Amino acid sequence: MDKKTPFFDKVLEAGGRIVSFAGYQMPVQFEGLLAEHQKVRESVGVFDVSHMGRVEVKGPQALEFLQYLVTNDVASLDMCQAVYTVMCYEDGGIVDDLLIYLLPEYYLAVVNAANNEKDQTWMREQASGFKVEIVDRTAEMAQLAVQGPKSEGVLAKLTSADLATIEFYHGVETELAGVRMFCSRTGYTGEDGFELYFPAENAGQVWDKLLEAGKPEGIVPVGLGARDTLRMEMKYALYGNDIDKQTNPVEAGLSWVVKFDKPDFIARDVLLKVKEERPSRRLVCLEVQGSGIPRPHDVILDEGEELGVVTSGTFSPSLRKGIALGYVKRGFHKSGTELKIRTRRGDVAAVVVKPPFYKNASHK
Amino acid sequence: MANVLEELKYSKTHEWVRVEGNVAVIGITDFAQGELSDIVMVELPEVGREVKVEDSIGVIEAVKAVADLYSPLSGKIVEVNSNLGAAPETINKDPYGEGWILKLELSDPSEAEKLMDAAAYKEFLTSEEH
Repeated sequence: MDKKTPFFDKVLEAGGRIVSFAGYQMPVQFEGLLAEHQKVRESVGVFDVSHMGRVEVKGPQALEFLQYLVTNDVASLDMCQAVYTVMCYEDGGIVDDLLIYLLPEYYLAVVNAANNEKDQTWMREQASGFKVEIVDRTAEMAQLAVQGPKSEGVLAKLTSADLATIEFYHGVETELAGVRMFCSRTGYTGEDGFELYFPAENAGQVWDKLLEAGKPEGIVPVGLGARDTLRMEMKYALYGNDIDKQTNPVEAGLSWVVKFDKPDFIARDVLLKVKEERPSRRLVCLEVQGSGIPRPHDVILDEGEELGVVTSGTFSPSLRKGIALGYVKRGFHKSGTELKIRTRRGDVAAVVVKPPFYKNASHK
Repeated sequence: MANVLEELKYSKTHEWVRVEGNVAVIGITDFAQGELSDIVMVELPEVGREVKVEDSIGVIEAVKAVADLYSPLSGKIVEVNSNLGAAPETINKDPYGEGWILKLELSDPSEAEKLMDAAAYKEFLTSEEH
């Protein structure tokens, strides 16, 4: 039986259409995907993201351990700052992509729901020899994402904290909606926005106050459907689609989260070799010319030669056309390259474009 | 629960049929539009094309899903709903009315008797949901 997040009753009450996702009963949409997508781009929406895994890492060697575990530089974090990173297997394949926060008493890793168990097993295996403690905080902590250009204005009504001074990927411990919580300027939509972490038992109270406070801005709950189209328009990778254990961060365009100048970490030498020799394929953004909509597993071609496959594909609500992420053979990854995608309705022309697809997001 | 109109006939692939003499008006059901959710493109067949029962005669693309449209009956396509090109979401808003998809001149009107009536389709939906 699928698990419920602490917002399940609120989600049902708000008319969420429930689907099974990563072992949870989650809303795929409320009033409709297109309307929810547009609301986040233009105003503000709220996402229950409590299905994400939340893992506390603490102990005298927590930093050394995390530096070894993940590819990005955790040592550079200021208090209440977050870093986006991946962790890799020894062969360079990706275990997961995640956020790591430095909080006053511990590091908090936020991982993909579908990978939560696998990640914690992996982390515990790698932790042998380090003086660290790894604690699953998923069930006891709720997580909401408030996203959109008007998110700061809505949240400001519920807290005395000066949200305007919080920089991107930084946060603050504060009281908001009457609840002690951690609030960071992070998200998965490309818009300005915040993520809130607080005790699960306060879920109902925070949800109600947030929706009440956001009424003038027209705040709406947003489902997984729009979460996916929003992230795709920004070329944010989705684990299981665009990245997995058979892809490495260099070919996925995530070299910027691999810091070779920090102490040794898992897969460092393998990834350095891939980078130096250049990857044989690259994850690219493809914009359809015409009316087709690419879907995952569609083959990408050039003059009949198969170059790779689409890993994420959708109709882009903002661009009003089909867009795709997919891997293509090196040499075909440069922007402006004209290719074909073999969709269910036949071959459609597509062109490689620079990310993001959607260029007017409120967070740059 | 999806809306099912009493006066229509239904296919197992969730098309509805309204027979008017020897012409059938065809669309997709409220259940089908709900499952697909936001429809953004409809590929319609050519007028004049002869089709048989269960032929794929079009494609309906929603943001997150794609589905074939199957002909519930045999005959010749005599009209398509050209409004759907500019406003495919009409199918979501009014699946049994303004969201009709095409009209078929029937070659064998007796085929319609093999389709489900409203009661049978409701029963079929219940079994689909489990």
